Amino acid sequence: MTSATTAHSVVEPSTTTRRFAGSLVVLYAIITMIPLVWIMLTAFKSPDDAISYPPKVMFKPSLEGFCNVFTTRSRQTPEFIRSLGPPQGLCDSIARSRNMVVAGPSNYVPRFVNSLIIAFGSTVLAVALGTLSAYGFSRFRVPLKDDLMFFILSTRMMPPIAVAIPIYLMYRTIGLSDTRLGMILLYTSVNVSLAVWLLKGFIDEIPREYEEAAMIDGYTRFQAFVKVVLPQATTGIAATAIFCLIFAWNEYAFAVLLTSGNAQTAPPFIPIIIGEGGQDWPAVAAGTTLFLVPIVVFTVLLRKHLLRGITFGAVRK
Amino acid sequence: MNELSASSRITYRAVPVRPGVARRIRGLSDRTLAWLFITPTIVLLLAINIFPLLWTIYLSFTNYRANRANVPTIWLGADWYQSILTDPDIWAAMQVTAHFVIWTVVIETVLGFGLAYLIDKKFRGHGMWTTIILLPMMLSPAVVGNFWTFLYQPQIGLFNYVVAFFTGRAASSFQMLGDVTLSPWAIVIVDAWMWTPYVMLICLAGLRSIPDYIYEAAEVDRASKWRQFWSITLPMALPFIMLAVLFRGIENFKMFDMVNLLTGGGPGSTTEVASITLKRAAFESWRTGYSSAFAIILFVTVFGLANIYVKALNRVKSR
Repeated sequence: MTSATTAHSVVEPSTTTRRFAGSLVVLYAIITMIPLVWIMLTAFKSPDDAISYPPKVMFKPSLEGFCNVFTTRSRQTPEFIRSLGPPQGLCDSIARSRNMVVAGPSNYVPRFVNSLIIAFGSTVLAVALGTLSAYGFSRFRVPLKDDLMFFILSTRMMPPIAVAIPIYLMYRTIGLSDTRLGMILLYTSVNVSLAVWLLKGFIDEIPREYEEAAMIDGYTRFQAFVKVVLPQATTGIAATAIFCLIFAWNEYAFAVLLTSGNAQTAPPFIPIIIGEGGQDWPAVAAGTTLFLVPIVVFTVLLRKHLLRGITFGAVRK
Repeated sequence: MNELSASSRITYRAVPVRPGVARRIRGLSDRTLAWLFITPTIVLLLAINIFPLLWTIYLSFTNYRANRANVPTIWLGADWYQSILTDPDIWAAMQVTAHFVIWTVVIETVLGFGLAYLIDKKFRGHGMWTTIILLPMMLSPAVVGNFWTFLYQPQIGLFNYVVAFFTGRAASSFQMLGDVTLSPWAIVIVDAWMWTPYVMLICLAGLRSIPDYIYEAAEVDRASKWRQFWSITLPMALPFIMLAVLFRGIENFKMFDMVNLLTGGGPGSTTEVASITLKRAAFESWRTGYSSAFAIILFVTVFGLANIYVKALNRVKSR
């Protein structure tokens, strides 16, 4: 932040420089947004519009992609369709216009629910464990503290596939294969390293005098932690929780290797949404859009803490 | 990674409490509480990271196959390590990985630093545009990477259309994902699109950490802008740039999700980065012992390279 006193300083860039810099950045931002905008546009296209050449920017919006991501359909003869009653709902009438009938719900909602349960479950666990450990590392003299902190971080250097091999065997032995609990524990173990590192930074910034004062007033150390430190660390805990949530939400490698049906999350499912004759791109785009929206919201909420989160607290503003 | 633990090296003493007060404080001692707080995390990591790692090390010396669990396990010694390190396919995969890591890191660093430099000029609305630029890196690499296969379609894809529009070639005359010379660049482009903002964010923090008075002093000394950039801006932002390179290097060395969905290692094995080779050996051919040995080799490589790099980084920081 530049203070007001430097407003006339010689180091302030000139208006021309600013405009020039601004227009280059805006140009980059627009180019970088094109793929994301294209996902959203494709979600509202009909299958024919989606695969037309040249690519269509103007088109008649259709909800077919969203219908297709939520339903499974079966092809029927026109005579059979005519013999049915009036279409039930929008998706049914869209399907009937393509000589199909809605056969039932797709797996998208269960996969989405799995994503929610696993992401929230692992986030709550990781943040709870992380907060306790971070407080411990921040306030107490722990033997081998640096080594333990480094050990916690080094667990992130393993390639996910390398971790997945023994986890696959271990889960198979103890019956955690393809279960939500297994995925929650695995994601917790990955997220806890981030949580400890981030939260230690946040707790380090809370003056220890607050707890000391509370303890002199008769609180035990634990009461001081609960009633003084935790309320002070709320922002940090919330930011950490969102980072854990985003990781678990986006994770693909473990999910694709260790789950098949029961506990499968959305990321391995969305790429395999196929229609008749190849990938149903409007449906994939619709599934992707719904999957990405929460993250976009979180990113905007998190923007002040992003830097800290992505560098494990190594860089703080 | 010593540099990262720098903040933790400031050792605090437990809060001194006078004996009279201590008597009033009932409950657990600090020492007990410290262990109570830290143990659950350590136990979880031991169970889900360290125990499996040790198991992987054990398996890497055996002929174990996960799909034939009943076959008696034979101790092979270091056979797998020897055969991996002499296997030309493994070296090909390492070359593909090196190409991917080096080019993504170079492109992301140049673009990311450039963007950060421009954003640091604080034009109107820079906050909003920065947030927009940051979006791709927060999204799921798998789900978004998968969508790039659509953008790369030779007949209908937007990417090919745009390239055709600007170069005048036919859009279907090249296949980003099907061509052996283009596909390694296809994955580099997607990764650069996703992760340039990451480098940008860290570089921006570096640029903002340079105090104004240094530039003011340089102005007084009539140093040219060019000179100021090379003598002040770049050297002072260098530790941050190097940190970004470290994080991107480690992440891209482990790269799996985006490449698996975009090309799956193909065509042939032209984009088969190490993680894809590992996945094929472990979960498609079920050569568990062999893939365990490869996993250990990869882990040691990342760990070793990261440590050497952090030493260099610390030297730059202490200058």
